[in-house]
Amino acid sequence: MAGAGGGGNDVQWCFSQVKGAIDDDVAEADIISTVEFNHSGELLATGDKGGRVVIFQQELESKNQPQCRGEYNVYSTFQSHEPEFDYLKSLEIEEKINKIRWLPQKNAAQFLLSTNDKTIKLWKISERDKRPEGYNLKEEDGRYRDPTTVTTLRVPVFQPMDLMVEASPRRVFANAHTYHINSISVNSDCETYLSADDLRINLWNLEITDRSFNIVDIKPANMEELTEVITAAEFHPNQCNTFVYSSSKGTIRLCDMRASALCDQHSKLFEEPEDPSNRSFFSEIISSISDVKFSHSGRYMMTRDYLSVKIWDLNMESRPVETYQVHEYLRSKLCSLYENDCIFDKFECCWNGNDSVVMTGSYNNFFRMFDRGYRQDVTLEASRESSKPRSVLKPRKVCTGGKRKKDEISVDSLDFNKKILHTAWHPQDNIIAVATTNNLYIFQDKL
Amino acid sequence: MCVLLSTQEMDDTVLSPEKAEEVKLKARFPHLGAKPGGSDLLRKRLQKGQKFFDSGDYNMAKAKVKNKQQLPAVTPAEKAEITGDHIPTPQDIPQRKPSIVASKLAG
Repeated sequence: MAGAGGGGNDVQWCFSQVKGAIDDDVAEADIISTVEFNHSGELLATGDKGGRVVIFQQELESKNQPQCRGEYNVYSTFQSHEPEFDYLKSLEIEEKINKIRWLPQKNAAQFLLSTNDKTIKLWKISERDKRPEGYNLKEEDGRYRDPTTVTTLRVPVFQPMDLMVEASPRRVFANAHTYHINSISVNSDCETYLSADDLRINLWNLEITDRSFNIVDIKPANMEELTEVITAAEFHPNQCNTFVYSSSKGTIRLCDMRASALCDQHSKLFEEPEDPSNRSFFSEIISSISDVKFSHSGRYMMTRDYLSVKIWDLNMESRPVETYQVHEYLRSKLCSLYENDCIFDKFECCWNGNDSVVMTGSYNNFFRMFDRGYRQDVTLEASRESSKPRSVLKPRKVCTGGKRKKDEISVDSLDFNKKILHTAWHPQDNIIAVATTNNLYIFQDKL
Repeated sequence: MCVLLSTQEMDDTVLSPEKAEEVKLKARFPHLGAKPGGSDLLRKRLQKGQKFFDSGDYNMAKAKVKNKQQLPAVTPAEKAEITGDHIPTPQDIPQRKPSIVASKLAG
């Protein structure tokens, strides 16, 4: 049944589709910066460094081929953000889409929030499949008729037309962030959402663009005393008063908006105690949390730091309940990863529909799945080589020791320019979207 | 998991792989900040996208241009200079063209 099974031996992942150009010469604008399914999984949105959003729609399952799930095809594409220059602060504002978050569907139209470093926009995506015909004062081509020639009246009628999908910006939420926005999260109340930058978190009403409430401010009075920044934030999936934010020091704070207007005092602080004898120059950098995601149930949250994925029980602050090593073999490569800046890569993570499996990306276009129930993990690769339709993905293995087995790849052969930072899991089915630098891969479980 | 270092500098000290990497890094960058992962890195992160460091930088650049005022006009070569050396005007700053090309994902 949908959502069941995990990365363990009962699920086999097959290639379904790949989107994007094949050529190796990647334009900066084509670098994918975010991937997100909507709440039904019917729509899949991507954002890129060029400020563009592309939305794919899943085709209805054909009655002829019940074994295949519908394919995702382009539904709408639009330019969400443009590059800007802040003359007052001498700041270049990138058009790169940092995050996309869908609103739950309330009517025929779809709504999503997309953000760059400074400005959040609410986009409405609506369909038009009928148009009125038979105007009295206009010809069919739009030219106005001479009113004196009109001798009869008729009622215009709606006629079917080719489906047209229109995207229009309905709200622009600007000028509320001094620092760079890293997260947006829609509240379960469907009325408000939060936006977080390096030092502050703001609460917005979706209808109101000229004001927002600051709910977290960690900016020190003296910037010399700055020791940590906010790296991610998310609202609880069903408690509208609760949200969490993670920091560059590896801590997560849970805040309750009922406690006070300014949530600088956390309600809970999640931090894993560190062995002081193990501390090194790299400790703080690799403990920086790059993503935090609540489970669908709301009972757990997952954090991603440079080398691992951790599952936390909201009822226990002292340590995570599960820790999964993503690519532990990189611990002995931290020096070179610091020099080439890879140590600062921000990997995201995601849950499957029933919270039994978690997924995150790695280097060499590898991505990892951890089955929490079966205690199994698998490494798969998103590559053109394994892109034959419905071909089953073969598990990959990185060789850490001396002797490399036949199908293994050695740590030194990994391509650190091929990073999978963004992945998404369909809310119900075993369909995943994996973004390489400029391609979007869609994999499904073998039915 | 420990790695035995065989460099001449170290005695037979057994270090974790992380600490071994730290030794490597300090060997290459001996003046690396005393507060690692702290203010330096964070400030670099917060200042992404800045063309002038602060008003002092701005005024310094302004002063430099004043001295160059013998030249009647800004040549195209000067316009291409790094912004720290001359005052950018809205016309000078190479406006990054908005992406008029459609995303290849939609192709």
